[in-house]
Amino acid sequence: MKLLVAVKRVVDYNVKVRVKSDGTGVETANVKMSMNPFDEIGIEEAVRLKEAGTATEVIAISLGVQQCQETIRTALAMGADRGIHVLTDDVLEPLAVAKLMKAIVDKESPDMVILGKQAIDDDANQTGQMLAALLGWPQGTFASKLTANGDSLEVVREVDGGLETIKISLPAVITTDLRLNEPRYASLPNIMKAKKKPIDQMAPADLGVDVTPRLETVSVVEPEKREGGVKVETVAELIDKLQNEAKVI
Amino acid sequence: MAILVVAEHDNDTLKASTLCTIAAAKVLGGDINVLVAGENCGAAAEAAAKCEGVTKALHADGSHLAHQLAEDLAALIVSMAGDYSHILAPASTFGKNVMPRAAALLDVQQVSDITSIEDADTFIRPIYAGNAMAKVKSKDAIKVITVRQTAYDAVAEEGGSGTVEQIGAGEDVAGSEFVGQELSKSDRPELTSARVIISGGRGMQSGDNFPMLEEIADKLGAAVGASRAAVDAGFVPNDYQVGQTGKVVAPELYIAVGISGAIQHLAGMKDSKVIVAINKDEEAPIFQIADYGLVADLFKAVPELNEELGKIEVRK
Ligand SMILES: Cc1cc2nc3c(=O)[nH]c(=O)nc-3n(C[C@H](O)[C@H](O)[C@H](O)COP(=O)(O)OP(=O)(O)OC[C@H]3O[C@@H](n4cnc5c(N)ncnc54)[C@H](O)[C@@H]3O)c2cc1C
Ligand SMILES: Nc1ncnc2c1ncn2[C@@H]1O[C@H](COP(=O)(O)O)[C@@H](O)[C@H]1O
Repeated sequence: MKLLVAVKRVVDYNVKVRVKSDGTGVETANVKMSMNPFDEIGIEEAVRLKEAGTATEVIAISLGVQQCQETIRTALAMGADRGIHVLTDDVLEPLAVAKLMKAIVDKESPDMVILGKQAIDDDANQTGQMLAALLGWPQGTFASKLTANGDSLEVVREVDGGLETIKISLPAVITTDLRLNEPRYASLPNIMKAKKKPIDQMAPADLGVDVTPRLETVSVVEPEKREGGVKVETVAELIDKLQNEAKVI
Repeated sequence: MAILVVAEHDNDTLKASTLCTIAAAKVLGGDINVLVAGENCGAAAEAAAKCEGVTKALHADGSHLAHQLAEDLAALIVSMAGDYSHILAPASTFGKNVMPRAAALLDVQQVSDITSIEDADTFIRPIYAGNAMAKVKSKDAIKVITVRQTAYDAVAEEGGSGTVEQIGAGEDVAGSEFVGQELSKSDRPELTSARVIISGGRGMQSGDNFPMLEEIADKLGAAVGASRAAVDAGFVPNDYQVGQTGKVVAPELYIAVGISGAIQHLAGMKDSKVIVAINKDEEAPIFQIADYGLVADLFKAVPELNEELGKIEVRK
């Protein structure tokens, strides 16, 4: 089984982002960037499938600026076999990413594509579902457990009411949720080895995809600030405030 | 201009998320149709037609729609899309699963998780865990949108005079089948629509300590939530998680117990009206947004809170 795994380069989850003063976006210069955490989970799952003998090859794909190569290298150090980098400085919306990834899938014919459920920068939660739609493949979103059985997959999904299990036929698109696994750290020898693994680079135009955005960002502003409140000394004081000041109990 | 709302329901009743999505549709104005697709879901379709502001409920019934798998439901939505300027669904796991699939088939860039409607093309949505609010204008002919439930008050479930129209159930798309589900059972309100929520974090130490919070929840008519750390540690099931990548809540009262207040947690609860934090570390970031902070060991403070609440008359 051949696996394609999407790895997005995003602002690290520990960074508290700042809105640019001109209201065009958030400050990303000199900010720590990392692999989207859901994509680390995706790579981990793929590498485990390879270690279990279920998968034969794991390809990591990232789309965006030159530095996405670093994100791909991280994936290679975690155990992916090779990388694909779609190089562009343009803003890529989920629909454009899905179209570019479809073009790659058409070339590579993987049996499964794994994406994160959500990129922690745009918080869109769309790309995997869109890719599945464009390919006409079934989708197993928000996966917390994957079991491969020959030409189908059993997927346990995290849903608002609890857990749902579905069975989907391969090829299929999976998006990862937090409880799917705990990603490994790349070891130093594996980081060294990853430097020799190949990364293919191409441009959106090579894939025949028009990536013109459909959404115009009119402005980006800070959310309303919440005023910090007071400290109470005792439980009795807390209850009094809730009853007589806030009037919520 | 006509608007299609894709209903989230359990075949019998509409979820509160649907009522909030109809409220967002009302802001856009125009005819509101509600698609109720399921199996033996006539009751839910009837309920949709009665909701304030709804002109028509479209009832699609078929065994393949019983569990509203994304493949089948997206195909059905796409087949009807030509009649609408906007297609809306709640930004719940239901809407998040189905709508991008429909959007891609329509060649539309979806607008996710909107919190405000500026005009027919322009919407506000949080990005970066709610640390920034983006105003975006869609250039697509049809707008495909998911709506943040907490941003809109539910419409009334009575008083509308919509009709119910039967429509075809669409194709049964091969490749995906429902196997089973394990739903958390509880008599408490749903997190996303509860008036009061009490959430526990890693500080709770074990799932065995959550009954402490449940007792208080029952006194206040509250729902119980959790941080990611508490879910990852197995204290409580995944559907308790409040945050950027869990549920977004905005109750009148949110009580955070043993939760540090990471950005990802705040993203899911900082729009609550009143926030209480109980934490033994006075430096915990949660105190920066809490209206009332109690620096205390939760194992002492929570039983005391429970006991004191037992002595007084509380609003439920
Ligand atoms: C991709 C991604 C997505 C995420 N999504 C979410 C999300 O949706 N929701 C979410 O919550 N998190 C999310 N997180 C995790 C988030 O970053 C934090 O790790 C998490 O919120 C921490 O949970 P916590 O506050 O319970 O634990 P901790 O940060 O460990 O805090 C525990 C707190 O309990 C206090 N405490 C301990 N013992 C006691 C005691 N006896 N009495 C009183 N106080 C005590 C401590 O002082 C501490 O402040 C996400 C992270 C990533 C990377
Ligand atoms: N530019 C990108 N490069 C690589 N993967 C991406 C990119 N954009 C989105 N993805 C994938 O799609 C997932 C969901 O992103 P989103 O739909 O933007 O929330 C991410 O977790 C990635 O797996």
